[in-house]
Amino acid sequence: MPEPRMRTIDYCLYYGGFRALNSISMDIPPNMITAIIGPSGCGKSTFLRSFNRMNELIPGVRVTGKVLLDGEDIFSLDVVSLRRKVGMVFQRPNPFPKSIFDNVAYGPRIHGLRKGDSLAALVERSLKAAALWDEVKDDLQKSALSLSGGQQQRLCIARALAVEPEVILMDEPASALDPIATLKIEELLQTLKENYTIVIVTHNMQQAARVSDFTAFLLMDESRAGNLVEFGPTKQIFTTPRDSRTEDYISGRFG
Amino acid sequence: MSSRSPAGRKLVQAGAFSLLWVSALLSVLVLASVVGYVMIKGIPELNLSFFTTPPRGGLSGEGGISSTIVATLYLVVMTLLVAAPLGIGAGVFLVEYAESMQNRLMKPLIRIARFGVETLAGVPSIIFGLFGYALFVTLMHFGFSLLSASLAGACLILPVVIRTTEEALKAVPQSYREGSLSLGATRWETIRRVVLPSAVPGITTGMILGVGRIISETAVFYVTLGGSYRTPTSILSSGRTMALHVFYLAMETRAFEKAMATGAVLIACIIAVNLAINAVSRRLTAGGGRW
Repeated sequence: MPEPRMRTIDYCLYYGGFRALNSISMDIPPNMITAIIGPSGCGKSTFLRSFNRMNELIPGVRVTGKVLLDGEDIFSLDVVSLRRKVGMVFQRPNPFPKSIFDNVAYGPRIHGLRKGDSLAALVERSLKAAALWDEVKDDLQKSALSLSGGQQQRLCIARALAVEPEVILMDEPASALDPIATLKIEELLQTLKENYTIVIVTHNMQQAARVSDFTAFLLMDESRAGNLVEFGPTKQIFTTPRDSRTEDYISGRFG
Repeated sequence: MSSRSPAGRKLVQAGAFSLLWVSALLSVLVLASVVGYVMIKGIPELNLSFFTTPPRGGLSGEGGISSTIVATLYLVVMTLLVAAPLGIGAGVFLVEYAESMQNRLMKPLIRIARFGVETLAGVPSIIFGLFGYALFVTLMHFGFSLLSASLAGACLILPVVIRTTEEALKAVPQSYREGSLSLGATRWETIRRVVLPSAVPGITTGMILGVGRIISETAVFYVTLGGSYRTPTSILSSGRTMALHVFYLAMETRAFEKAMATGAVLIACIIAVNLAINAVSRRLTAGGGRW
């Protein structure tokens, strides 16, 4: 396996006194899609949000252990530059109530890109990469909120791509979408992984099996803390899981 | 539960409905007669010169209300200039920053600030007047002036501005903030570029509510603005708002019909304010608009 793009070492997360994630050590291989699966409440999303420190928005959250990006401790990085490198797409499409153009240009503008030409080119490139360009190119000034749910989600992907991250975190990006829009997102993931490292949380095991190269299975223990039960190549996890709990979960015996 | 016949239940239902209907009707009647009375007494007195000439002063109460319209406008603008930045700033702080402060020193301070805002909202306006008189008129030597009055007026409307700003910010979906932060924006960039623009309609509503409050207030300005019926020429001029003018006309002159006429103008202003609020909220609920 190549040098991991991101890596967690004995990573624990607490909400006040409650331990939500228990000592997770895991590698995120570069230019691959890593899926995180597990039953509701096992801490998948919390774990995903650890990679760009989004959990810090919640008062009372405390973490121990390490999270590394290219070998560097993300807690010693400036959070703004971390999030520039580690982008995120959320469960529900959350475009800003601005035009399509302004949504995609939001990140680059924040980071100081003002020049009209290069900004327009970057917006176009990002929309193309998110497979949305052909559907919106005629009216980039249209409100993003007038797009369909699937288009909004691809717009959010374009918005994340526009800051040129290394890693993209996706929190059940298709769970609010219909099957056709879901299929589009899944196809998009395959092209994106050539240039980006993708971590995707999904509720849908078929989706994980379809799209990912590696799969991590999280499960809560008796104290309701999320543990990493098994991590490996997706094919192996879904055909010959080493842990009986993984087998029970993927064969639909619980969760 | 005792079993009751369907007919009995229907009768109770009809009775309750009639009572509610009557109370609604009575309330509307009471309000309509207040407004109607002022309008009927006041409107016949209205003509162009009433709006363009200043009051003549003295016991007769003759003349128009031009200087009081000017004073009211000045006061509204000056009060907003003070209250808007303070109130919006405080609201933004309480919603966007204070929540995440777990600091042992800040937490009780923030609780006190919130409690203070809530208490201030219920304080009788004359108390703000007394405070303004003691601090701005006397201690700071601003005298009876637009300056003193606008500072006292700002204290009066700060709670409503803070509260509506808070409500407007809380109504902004958390997903906007997360989306912005995840792109590497700082907290302030997120507030400035995503949260505040989305909250503009709500914040505007708060401002307009404040305007209505200033237009209709008398007690605060009685003890801070003085009562000069001349058109104010500087921020240190004394003056008389329309509402104050009504008070002076009614208490100190024989021109009761002029008071009614001024009252009619005031009511028209308040109706305009409420229509403006409705227009803004409609735009707010219509959603999806670009701001």
